[in-house]
Amino acid sequence: MPKVNLSHFEAALLFAFFTSIVLGVVTKKTDRERLMYGLKSFGYFLLALLSIGWLMRLGHG
Amino acid sequence: MVTMLTQTARLLARFPVLSSPHAKLMNYMAAKEKKPKEPMPPLKDWLPSVALGWLIPGGGHFLLKRRVRGTLLLCAVALTFLFGLMMRGVLFQPKTGDLLTTIIYCGGFLGNLASGIFYLLTVWLGYAQPDVAGHVHDYGTKFLVTAGLLNVLAMVDAFEIAARRKS
Repeated sequence: MPKVNLSHFEAALLFAFFTSIVLGVVTKKTDRERLMYGLKSFGYFLLALLSIGWLMRLGHG
Repeated sequence: MVTMLTQTARLLARFPVLSSPHAKLMNYMAAKEKKPKEPMPPLKDWLPSVALGWLIPGGGHFLLKRRVRGTLLLCAVALTFLFGLMMRGVLFQPKTGDLLTTIIYCGGFLGNLASGIFYLLTVWLGYAQPDVAGHVHDYGTKFLVTAGLLNVLAMVDAFEIAARRKS
């Protein structure tokens, strides 16, 4: 089994991607709603990731 | 009781002046009490799809003829688990002690176990990663647990489809 070395950002992005797929598939009723929810969920993950990342960086000084 | 609340709600609807916070609460309670609780569907309707969904992520959806959604779920759970392994994440063993230890180790074990065939194959093939420091290992551990938790969501979805609560 090959070993992968991902940065924090890459790992969190992958996590957001797979989680958004599942959230989109199981949450809504029509395919369009599922797609939109998946994209929205991914966007929120990304937003939270960048905001909290910057917050921690600024907090550290 | 339900009839009385419904009548009160109707009366309040006719006279908006009576819409005080108390009246709104009564209205809300009447609306809430009208909803009958959905009965539990027979076991034979949902158990095969939920059990197959546990063993093979997305399998419940395949059984219920939702192939595209089943494929998406299978790929998402399988890739999450695979990345967890490639990042050399740790598989939890149930351990008891203080409350936090019990929650983390038993919860983590249940999360791992929820991945179904992926977890079983990994253990049978002798994967044993010691817990070492490093952000990649940490992410790997979280990926392995998350794969199981995503599969739990997929199993709940398969249950709802099998119970005809959603399409």
